[in-house]
Amino acid sequence: MAWNDHGYDRVPGTYVFNGRRAALGFGLNRMCMSFNDAANREAFRNDEAAYCERFDLTAEQRDAIRARDVLRLVQLGGNIYYLAKFGGIFGLTVQDMGAQQRGVTVERFRAMLQDAGEAAHG
Amino acid sequence: MADIVGGITTSHIPAIGNAIARGLQQTPYWKPFFDGYIPVRQWLDEVRPDVAVVLYNDHGLSFFLDRMPTFAIGAAERYPNKDEGWGLDVLPAIRGNVELSWHLIESLVADEFDLTICQEMTVDHGCMVPMLTMWPEAAGEWPVTVVPIAVNTVQHPVPTAARCYKLGQALGRAIESYPEDLKVVIFGTGGMSHQLQGERAGFINSAFDRMFMQALVDDPEVLTRLTTAELIEQAGSEGIELIMWLAMRGAMTRGASLRHAHYHVPVSNTAAGVLVVDNVAVPSATGAARPDVAIVGELEVT
Repeated sequence: MAWNDHGYDRVPGTYVFNGRRAALGFGLNRMCMSFNDAANREAFRNDEAAYCERFDLTAEQRDAIRARDVLRLVQLGGNIYYLAKFGGIFGLTVQDMGAQQRGVTVERFRAMLQDAGEAAHG
Repeated sequence: MADIVGGITTSHIPAIGNAIARGLQQTPYWKPFFDGYIPVRQWLDEVRPDVAVVLYNDHGLSFFLDRMPTFAIGAAERYPNKDEGWGLDVLPAIRGNVELSWHLIESLVADEFDLTICQEMTVDHGCMVPMLTMWPEAAGEWPVTVVPIAVNTVQHPVPTAARCYKLGQALGRAIESYPEDLKVVIFGTGGMSHQLQGERAGFINSAFDRMFMQALVDDPEVLTRLTTAELIEQAGSEGIELIMWLAMRGAMTRGASLRHAHYHVPVSNTAAGVLVVDNVAVPSATGAARPDVAIVGELEVT
C-alpha cells in the first residue's frame, strides 16, 4: 500500500481532503452528514456516545468529537464542510472553527480578517 | 435560438444568505459588500434573462462522499433547498427547465463531457445564496428557471482549471445550439481566496484575487495553466472553488467585455468577489482593434 505524494502537500497548515483522508474519515463524515436532519442533531445531543456508536468512527475520532477538537478532526479525515454540520449543533460558526484551528481567540481571528480587508482596500 | 447574454461570477458564502434573511444589508459590516451588487441587479434588470445556468459545488446536501460526481447536471422540474445542518433558512425551491437540461446533456455528452444526470437534486447554499443575492426581493418567485451544474471541489482530485474552462466552452456551444429563443445567463460561483481548515484557516490573498479577476476577463487561458496545488497555495484550500469561475468564462466569447467588478474583504472567512461580463465584444476606448478582449471600465476594488 502506498499513497501518492502531491504538490499541495507542501502548503503548511493545510490538510487537503484527498483519497487518503476521505478513506480515513468516511465514517466520521457520514455521521456529520446525518446532522442535516434535525432529529439526528437532537439524538446526538441526547446521547453523544450512543450516537457515535452508530457510525464507524475510530477511537481517536470519537475522542476528538468529544473534545470538539476541529483541527484534530480535520487531521483524522474530517472534511471541513461536513464538520461545519457537527459544529452547527453547538452554534459553532466557521469563524469559531477557524479560530480554534489557528489557535487564536475568535476576536483575534476576526481582527485578522478585518486587517486583511484593510490591506486589500489600501 | 438561445442566446448567452452574459455571465456573473460571485462568492456563495452562507453568511450572505443569513445577512439577507436578517435584513443586515445596510449595517457597517455588510454595506460595502452589498453595495457591490447594486450594478449587478441593474444589469439583470436590463437584460432580463429567462434562464440561469448555475455552476456551484455541493457541500454535503445532494451528494455525499459515498458517490461523488465530478460534474453533475440537474434535469428536474424543480430543485428544493433543504436544511444543511447549521441554521441557514431553507429557501423556496427553484424551477428547472427540463427540455433545456436534456438538450445540454445531449450536447455535452456528445462533446465528451460525461456528466452525472440528476432527475432529482437538492441545491444547497452554493446555488441558493447566489440566487438570493441576485434577487433578494424575489421571495421565492425566482424570475428565471435554472439548470444547476455541480462541480466537485470538495474531494480531491477535483477537476483542473483547464478542464473547467473546457466544460464552459462546451456549455457555451450547447446553449447556443438550443432552438428556443431564450436569454441565458451563466453563474460561476464560489471563491475567492479563503481557507476554512487547518492552522492556515483564515488565509486571504488579495493580490492573487485581483490578478485572477483581471485575467479572467483579459486572458483566461493564463489561468487555465494554474495547477490544483498552485490554486490551493495561492487561493487557499477552499479557494479552489475559483475553478467554477473559469467554467463561466469558457462559455463566453473571447471578446466578452467586463461590465462590473467588485471585491470586498472579509465576508466571514472569505474574500468576496463579483464580476459581470457581457457576452458581446465592444470596441476598446481608444477604438484600436484588440484581438482578445475589450474592457469597459477598470477593475475597481472597494
